[in-house]
Amino acid sequence: MEPFERVVERHGAMVLRVVRAVLGPVDAEDAWSETFLAAMRAYPDLDDSANVEAWLVTIAHRKAIDVTRARARAPMPSAQLPERPSRTGRPDDWDADLWHALESLPDKQRAAVAYHYLAGLPYKEIAEITGGSTDAARRAAADGMKALRARYDTAGKSHV
Amino acid sequence: MSDNIFAPLAEEDGTLARLHARLAATAEREGVLDVAYRTLDTPVGSLLLAATEQGLVRVAFSVQDHEAVLVKLATAVSPRVLEAPARLDQVAHQLDEYFGGKRDRFTVPLDLRLATGFRRAVVEHLPHIRYGGTESYAQVAAAAGSPKAVRAVGTACALNPVPVVVPCHRVVRSDGSMGGYAGGPDAKRTLLTLEAA
Repeated sequence: MEPFERVVERHGAMVLRVVRAVLGPVDAEDAWSETFLAAMRAYPDLDDSANVEAWLVTIAHRKAIDVTRARARAPMPSAQLPERPSRTGRPDDWDADLWHALESLPDKQRAAVAYHYLAGLPYKEIAEITGGSTDAARRAAADGMKALRARYDTAGKSHV
Repeated sequence: MSDNIFAPLAEEDGTLARLHARLAATAEREGVLDVAYRTLDTPVGSLLLAATEQGLVRVAFSVQDHEAVLVKLATAVSPRVLEAPARLDQVAHQLDEYFGGKRDRFTVPLDLRLATGFRRAVVEHLPHIRYGGTESYAQVAAAAGSPKAVRAVGTACALNPVPVVVPCHRVVRSDGSMGGYAGGPDAKRTLLTLEAA
C-alpha cells in the first residue's frame, strides 16, 4: 500500500477545490482537514482496487453534510466573507461572486457540479455518493452548470 | 479542470502546505500518525528519518531510495505515513550535533521492530562499540552470541534499520579494511573520519 503522504500530495488540491465549491470559503479548510483525518484513519482498510478520488469525495461529502447541519443549528452571526490575500492581485480573487453563484444552487446541483467538474467523477459514482439515479446526477450537474453560467461569468461579474 | 469558470477555487501558494502541517499535528494528537518522517541534509547526504510513536524506526541514505523506503515502511509498519517533522526534532538535533563533532552518542528512543532474531541481537550490540572505535565482523558475531555467524553479521549490518544512530559503520573487516556499508563506502569513510578526529 502507498504511504498516505502520497494520497495527500496527489489529491489534496482536488479535495480543496471540491470543499470550496460545496461549502464556500469559511468552512472549506475545516472540511478539508476533517476529510483527510478521517481518510487517514480508514486508509489501512481501503481496498487496493478502490477509486481513491471517489473514496475521498465520499468522505468529503459526509463532512460537508455535517458542516451544513452544524451551520443550520448555529447560524453564523455574520455572513461576511473573511479577508483573504489575493492570489493574483485582482480584487475579485477568492471570488465571492463565484461562491454566491454556487451557493444559490440547490445542494444536489452544487454537489453534482463539484464532483463531476472538479473531482472528475463519473455520474454513476456521483449517484452512489449523493443518492438517486445516474441520470438524475447527470441532470443535476447539467442544470447546475447552466444556472451557474447564467449567474456568473468568468469575467468575474455576478448576475445573482 | 474542464472549465476555467472554477479557476478561482484553485489553491493559493502555501494553502496546501499549511493544511498539510495542520493535518500532521492533528493526526499526531489523535494517535493516527503511525509513521512520521522528514529528511535531513548531512555530510553523508540527505538522510530519511522515520519514527513510530515508540521511537526512531528507520534511517535511510539517499542511495537506498527514500521513496522505496517509505513504501516498505507503509507495508511493514503502517500505511498511515505522513511527512511530519515535529516527531523527528530531537533526533535531527542530535544528528546535527553529531556531525558537528559535539555528540558521541544518541539518546533517542528506538523502535527496532524491523530487526528481528539474530539481526536484532547484532543491532542491540552495536551501540556498545565506543565512538571512535571499531570492531571486526567476527568480534560482533561473538558478542551477539554466534561466533561462527560472521557473514550473518555483515548482512545484519547492511540491513540495520537505523544506521548512523546505531553505529554499524564501526564494524570493519578483520584485516582493517572498511568493508561494505548501506550508505556506500564514502559515507562509511566520512563517519569513521569524523569520529577519529
